[in-house]
Amino acid sequence: MFKQPMTEPRQAPETIRLQATRGFSRVLAPRELWRYRDLAYQIAARDITVRYRQTALGAAWAILQPIGFMVVFSLLFGRLAGISSDGLPYALFSLAGLVPWTFFSTTLTLGADSLVMNQELVSKIYFPRIFLPVGVIAAGMVDLAIATTILFVVVLVYGIVPPLAVLTLPLLILILLATALGVTAFLAAVNVRYRDVRYVVPFTVQMWLFITPIAYPSSLLDEPLRTLSAVNPLVGVVEGFRWAVLGSVDAPLGLIAISGLSAVVIVIAGLAYFDRVERSFADLI
Amino acid sequence: MAGVAIETDGLGKSYVLGLHQMGNLRETVTEAARHPLRTFARRRRLAKEADVLWALRDISISVEHGDVLGLIGHNGAGKSTLLKIISRITEPSEGWADVTGRVGSLLEVGTGFHPELTGRENVFLNGAILGMRRGEIRRRFDEIVEFAEVERFLDTPVKRYSSGMSVRLAFAVAAHLEPEILLVDEVLAVGDATFQRKSLDKMAQVAREGRTVVFVSHNLGIIRALCTRGILLDRGQIVADAPVEDAIDRYLEMLERAASEDLLDRADRDPTGKGATRIRHVAIRDASSGQPDVVVGGRQATVTVEVTEVLPEMQCRLLIVNSLGQPVTRLDSEVSSAGDRRDSGVGPTIECQIDSLPLLPGRYRIDVRVKARERVQDGLLGAAYFDVQPGVVEGRPMPAHGSDGDVMLPHTWRLPA
Repeated sequence: MFKQPMTEPRQAPETIRLQATRGFSRVLAPRELWRYRDLAYQIAARDITVRYRQTALGAAWAILQPIGFMVVFSLLFGRLAGISSDGLPYALFSLAGLVPWTFFSTTLTLGADSLVMNQELVSKIYFPRIFLPVGVIAAGMVDLAIATTILFVVVLVYGIVPPLAVLTLPLLILILLATALGVTAFLAAVNVRYRDVRYVVPFTVQMWLFITPIAYPSSLLDEPLRTLSAVNPLVGVVEGFRWAVLGSVDAPLGLIAISGLSAVVIVIAGLAYFDRVERSFADLI
Repeated sequence: MAGVAIETDGLGKSYVLGLHQMGNLRETVTEAARHPLRTFARRRRLAKEADVLWALRDISISVEHGDVLGLIGHNGAGKSTLLKIISRITEPSEGWADVTGRVGSLLEVGTGFHPELTGRENVFLNGAILGMRRGEIRRRFDEIVEFAEVERFLDTPVKRYSSGMSVRLAFAVAAHLEPEILLVDEVLAVGDATFQRKSLDKMAQVAREGRTVVFVSHNLGIIRALCTRGILLDRGQIVADAPVEDAIDRYLEMLERAASEDLLDRADRDPTGKGATRIRHVAIRDASSGQPDVVVGGRQATVTVEVTEVLPEMQCRLLIVNSLGQPVTRLDSEVSSAGDRRDSGVGPTIECQIDSLPLLPGRYRIDVRVKARERVQDGLLGAAYFDVQPGVVEGRPMPAHGSDGDVMLPHTWRLPA
């Protein structure tokens, strides 16, 4: 028997020391994430591909859901209850809120299950586990892009030209993503140990919908309550969407600032928790 | 490549048993609510009091690049835990391991396959899961597909594949993996004979290429054929680190010693067993002499498996294994025949009658697995050992000990006069 040369040249392999670690070490190690980038890409691609495979309507679901809610909200709250929509057509008013909200609620629901659903991988392969919730968010972003495009089409059909503030949309989406990532990472990690999360999530999503000004304008709240409510980052995002896409009268800059800060805290806290407990996932799942 | 691939020093892994490790949310919340200040100290103390199980302890080994290492030992000896630490799935609790080079795992077929994805998509996903670079997969894509013989179904979701096709595809991906260190955990237990053959060839090839292989299997025949070095683990510790033959001999001795204990005392049971009924005693008796654990080839013999509990729809599987650790034959009650009976009068005993035992003289062991309610309830490797004395098969005397093979078939010749 002879030793064959390696089929391709390699750099001298590096040595990795494996030992008990404490504190923060993993999620926030960019080199580690970069090393496994191909797997991250494949997991995201899988989640995107699988989402609407073998569904008759496919990606149309990305917009049917918010549109459906829009119709119901318009009838119930707009017509019957006569809730104010800050002078905008109620349908548009609610749709602008529903587009980011649908992304958030779907991501939360699927993301909280992302580690548990991939039990087999987690217990048999090493990779930065954060890729699993991130994959769900990446798949959700495709939906969000579709829904946002349709939102613009509807807005144009109504004869509204989005104002210059539309340029803040990327920032608003960033706040939305950060919040989704922080909350999802936290729930997914807790779910590994306590499957109670499965029952908590639908309830949380419902509550979150009520405390977010989607069916109603945040102007219903008196100051300083209105400003305080922006601690929920979705408040800044939803009001921001309305302002950026529909050009509602006053710029909710204060709300966006508070929500942005809050989102930063949420994403750091969520990832930090994930990082702390990641090392025990394979043992507990 | 020269040098050390894996080096460990005082490596150990402990698990805290009991409620406070796996506890539910309610406990944690109520505990925190009742003693908001005491919680941390209290929980730490409780963890100390609870049972700490050392799945692995004091493991110091050094594996050179090019070593082909077999890990052997009972169920629960710590083989898989060691593999999990080396592959970074879990962290050690103490000590350290230095791993040099890219680590790849040969996984159970289909781990990470997504049924809704097409064959093509799954090749990329699975390749990435096994640790291949995207460019690498793309470069070898055609090879992989050709090897798997699934060209026509590349764009069909894998859920529509026959099981044979998905096995072939999964293996084709794994076969093109080129890690410096290959970890294999009992994958050969699954899949059909062709697949096992292919996997074996692949591992032999990897070993020839001078890469490092760490291999866990209960099939000692395969370990013997592939590995040069064997590490025998028992209750989380190294018992022997020696040339593979010596390590296997030590393991066989250990198994044999264990068989003479009360079987209920043994801890190395099949970890998938539910335990609603457990194996108490296993013996094989020669029908004419009635003597236990010594039988004569060619005569009638009966294997009895005594269990703790009679459950409805019980099934039993016996695996007869030769002294080299290679399976000789499997007797399985799930594959039923008209002669099988269920009897209420026999008590908690399962009997398997072999009309004419075709085994050649030598020492054999019986591995037993008991199922009920469609689930494995209990399983033991080396539940009993027995010697076969030379006998007569259909009037023809058996060859002496040490001849080729393990069985003698009833047969007749026609020779030219």
